[in-house]
Amino acid sequence: MEKGAVLEMRGICKYFPGVRALEQVDFTLREGEIHALMGENGAGKSTLIKVLTGVYPKDGGEVWLKGSDDPIHIKSPQDAQNHGIATVYQEITLCPNLTVAENMYIARTKGAFTNWKQINRDAGKLLDELGIPANPAEQLGNCSIAVQQMVAIARAVDMDCKVLILDEPTSSLDEQEVQKLFKLMRDLKAKGVGIIFVTHFLEQVYEVCDRITVLRDGQLVGEYIIEDLPRVQLVSKMLGKDFDDMAEIKSNSDAEKIDYNSTPVYEAKGLTGTTGIKPFDFEIHKGEVNGFTGLLGSGRSESVRAIFGADRVIGGTVKIDGEEVKIRKPLDAMKHGISYLPEDRKIDGIVGDLSVRDNIILALQVMRGFFKPFTKAQAEAFADEYIKLLNIKTASSETPIKSLSGGNQQKVILARWLLANPVYLILDEPTRGIDVGTKVEIQKLVLKLAAEGKSVTFISSEIDEMIRTCSRLVVMRDGKVVGELKGDDLNQNKIMATIAGGESK
Amino acid sequence: MKKLVKLLVSSLLVAAMAIGVCACAGSGKGGNGGGNKLIKVGIINNDPNESGYRTANDKDMKATFTEANGYEASFYYSLKNEEQIAAAQKFIQDDVDYLLISAAGTSGWDGVLEQAKKAGIKVILFDRTIDASEDLYEASIVSDMAKEGEQAVSWLASQNLPEYKIVHIQGVMGSSAQIGRSGALDTKVAAESNWSIVTQQTAEWSEETAQQIVQAVIDSGESFNVIYAENDNMAKGAVAALDKANISHGVGKDVIIIGFDCNSWALQELVDGNWNYDGQCNPFQASYIDDIIKNGAKQKVVIMEEKGFDATTITADDVTKYGI
Amino acid sequence: MTTSENELSSGNSAKGFFSKLVSNQLFIPLAALLLLVIFNLIADPTFFKISLEPSSTGYFILSGNLISIIDNASELAILAIGMTLVTSASGGQDISVGSAIAIAGSVVLRVVKGYSDGISGGEFAGIMIGAFLLCVAVSALFGAFNGALVAYFKIQPMVATLILFTAGRSIAAWINNNENISINDMRFGYFGNFLPAIPIPTPVFISALCMIIIAVVLKVTNLRLYSQAVGINASSSRLNGINPKTIKLLTFIILGVCVAVCGFIKVSRTSSITYAVIANNIEMDAILAVALGGNNLGGGKFNMTASILGAYVIQFLTTTLYKFKVSSSAISAYKAVVVILLIIMSAPIVRKWITDQKNKRAAARLRKEAA
Repeated sequence: MEKGAVLEMRGICKYFPGVRALEQVDFTLREGEIHALMGENGAGKSTLIKVLTGVYPKDGGEVWLKGSDDPIHIKSPQDAQNHGIATVYQEITLCPNLTVAENMYIARTKGAFTNWKQINRDAGKLLDELGIPANPAEQLGNCSIAVQQMVAIARAVDMDCKVLILDEPTSSLDEQEVQKLFKLMRDLKAKGVGIIFVTHFLEQVYEVCDRITVLRDGQLVGEYIIEDLPRVQLVSKMLGKDFDDMAEIKSNSDAEKIDYNSTPVYEAKGLTGTTGIKPFDFEIHKGEVNGFTGLLGSGRSESVRAIFGADRVIGGTVKIDGEEVKIRKPLDAMKHGISYLPEDRKIDGIVGDLSVRDNIILALQVMRGFFKPFTKAQAEAFADEYIKLLNIKTASSETPIKSLSGGNQQKVILARWLLANPVYLILDEPTRGIDVGTKVEIQKLVLKLAAEGKSVTFISSEIDEMIRTCSRLVVMRDGKVVGELKGDDLNQNKIMATIAGGESK
Repeated sequence: MKKLVKLLVSSLLVAAMAIGVCACAGSGKGGNGGGNKLIKVGIINNDPNESGYRTANDKDMKATFTEANGYEASFYYSLKNEEQIAAAQKFIQDDVDYLLISAAGTSGWDGVLEQAKKAGIKVILFDRTIDASEDLYEASIVSDMAKEGEQAVSWLASQNLPEYKIVHIQGVMGSSAQIGRSGALDTKVAAESNWSIVTQQTAEWSEETAQQIVQAVIDSGESFNVIYAENDNMAKGAVAALDKANISHGVGKDVIIIGFDCNSWALQELVDGNWNYDGQCNPFQASYIDDIIKNGAKQKVVIMEEKGFDATTITADDVTKYGI
Repeated sequence: MTTSENELSSGNSAKGFFSKLVSNQLFIPLAALLLLVIFNLIADPTFFKISLEPSSTGYFILSGNLISIIDNASELAILAIGMTLVTSASGGQDISVGSAIAIAGSVVLRVVKGYSDGISGGEFAGIMIGAFLLCVAVSALFGAFNGALVAYFKIQPMVATLILFTAGRSIAAWINNNENISINDMRFGYFGNFLPAIPIPTPVFISALCMIIIAVVLKVTNLRLYSQAVGINASSSRLNGINPKTIKLLTFIILGVCVAVCGFIKVSRTSSITYAVIANNIEMDAILAVALGGNNLGGGKFNMTASILGAYVIQFLTTTLYKFKVSSSAISAYKAVVVILLIIMSAPIVRKWITDQKNKRAAARLRKEAA
């Protein structure tokens, strides 16, 4: 083993039927370092993590841990934990119906008797140390997603791990929470813990990591010290081709072409929902890309859900092309040409066991009606068209959507709503948790749709993306619209200031 | 309504007592005036929907324990032992004079019967026995299922067939009717060399299942000349299978049909000569109970008289009198 | 990645056939059926004998074990249709179908009993149609009751249907004042037995008709897509414009109609009803049929053909057990064995083992290729 290394993986191979998920991959993690594992979706990051944590048995190669003379065999996640390898997954894997403290200690209570008072006290202390705003006795399901994530990390931290794996831990955290997490990571690093950090946020990699290992198509591209690898090069290594930086997408200044005096495609006055947002006015014009922004919980998703009729609407008027309409349920919105790609792909977007084909045609099929199913040939034609158009990587259109990578699942949902041929398309976090290449594709697509005369609402927690794509931003705070930014105001500082509430209209 | 009745009854009682007092004072005779007092009985039975037997049983009870006969009867139905026990407790609180029980299960009754005894309430079991000390109840009126089986089997033996090849369709395994009726046949078959069982399966009282079982026997081409079905419904299902296969049955035909329970329609089949024998399982315990309440119990276990009907001797009167 | 896929698919077409067969949903019921056929062939080939002989009505009819099987499985096959849909959309099962059949049958008898004797063919047909329609309406109503509890009150299907499971037989008895009804008109028995001069049992035609109808319905409507989508992800379905509540309710109503048909056949078979035992335990067989068809009892995707095939497998097993005179009380034990096998086969740990084996083979192959 290399000196100073806590973990070494050599020549790791993993095969699935028809796929070489990992081929001869090496990976080394040193004591007290934060090591980013980068790659596009399907590059093999998740598989490597799952081999390391014992979820998948490996088909070849060796795993060495500091302090053991022989290669170790990790048989199960429990076994990995016993070896001091702790993992925090992107999806919360805790039990929402238990309390925070119970979740933190459940795996380690031994025997029939447990001193819950003691445990609550311990949990409270640890949470305080880590600056996590959670009450140990609170039921976990009642906490925000961000807090749940932090609790998962706290739980892993308390396991006295040597290797901590953070798989997309920041995807549901806001900036402040991310900073707390980074502080925590640095503290742990100082204690000599090796941290594997899997993320799609390039910024964060450069902010906190020491080293980067890049995978592509199940193979190792290389391991780099962070200073030696500029951003553009990292992206090009991940994509496997020279890439003109992401700045390639620029808002083509189409903004000037939008006629703000025309009748809005969609117009709401005093729209009132039941999900804690204040009544708001909103309009969008032909060919416009607008965005809703704000911190987590500011009400940006709730607003667009109200527009689509996804949650119950109890007040306000809605006009489509100047004519008053009633939108009470999603089908009403769909029939008026509104499409909505929901924030949570897993819960609200995909229909997991259904094929890619059925997932693509679903919305259009529902609009067409219960008694008018598409023939198999028609459905097949639609599916093939959009698989090609959006470059969806799938074995066939018969493949269940759940077996696709996150980015490709998102493209399928996008295909579904494009197929519905909307005049107004709402995309809530379409780029979350997907790889850089797909992110860029989606942003380009949004601009292309707008150029074709469609109206788009684009929501992203990455302000960069919003600036690149939107011509107008609605800023929200605490369930209220607090500002609207356009033109020159669309810059990072101004947006941040509006979100934070330093200056508002 | 019930309240009204209660009010009426109690005011009647008060009036009767007042008259009684007056009468006593007056002549010292006519003490019988108090005899108008109704006997309060709490009747705990199984759900009348359970079977035709139970329906007939319930009708009989309702017909007997009327005000005209000097009773004030409350009824409770359940197929669950615990619910029945709870109902018994309630009746004890209501201070009934007699508790009449057809228990759903045999165990768990000791406690509540003790309570009844302490409260001076007399208990009479009907139709079903329980596992409890005999001191705890006045009498138990039951059918002897084994005797029913023996009657049927001895009738069958009296037919003097050269050979008995029997399709035996059983009821729900472990029920007292099944045990009694199967036992008699099993004993006979084991004893006689010319008696044999072609098939012996449970149809769980269901005619469709009985039909399927007999169908399977016919389809496999085995010959048989007796169908011994442990209730009428199963006999009916078996006959349906025979009809389908054009096998004749009944008096003087290829296959002898034996059923139990004496449903009216089954007795009619006997009259028509389609079946040969039907054994009674007497559901009419009410008159026995009435007798015990009014005249006292002569023995702990009263076994009811039960008939077996032969198709050659049955009369139309029997159908109306004994059919349920 | 794409190249390796191509290599794989071109190199293994022969091998692919078997694994494709095994992974097909029809494999389990077909294999079970084959096993039963082979067993019977070895044990007693006369099991498969079919003969054409006159019945007591004077007409020639087909008889034999195979005929008995397809005849007696009719109700189960019809129920399996509805149960599959309910399972798919609501992720649970309706355990009240046996009791509901009692109600349906009781309704039919209630209508027919007043008229049955000595009326003309035309009148009789009218009464039968009326009885059937009323029975469909009542059963659909009870189905809607169950469905409403599940869809609108979000009660687990098994719990929701427990109500009717408990009360159904009493309701059935109440409909006819708890009388034992026997219909003497021969014609009433046509639907559960044989039509004059037709050698095949009528229930076979009825069940075939039901299968055709459901096939057509699945073809000309989006029932399959909707109920699967709702069963897999109700939240997502709603955002795609489907109303999950309506779909769940609809599947329960369809099951109600299936129940009505079954009740109608059942009372016609014997021209009478025994409230306590009619269609006893049929709910368990219907659920077993769905499971035997390899359908996920937790809802979602379904294969209708497999469920129906499952129903016939169960009847095949039952008839085989009767035929071999398996000791009376042991029949349910044999069915239990089937259930255990099914549960084990569908358990995640076994599934994982099977895919692991597959993966291992694939891995070995890839390594060889690489070498």
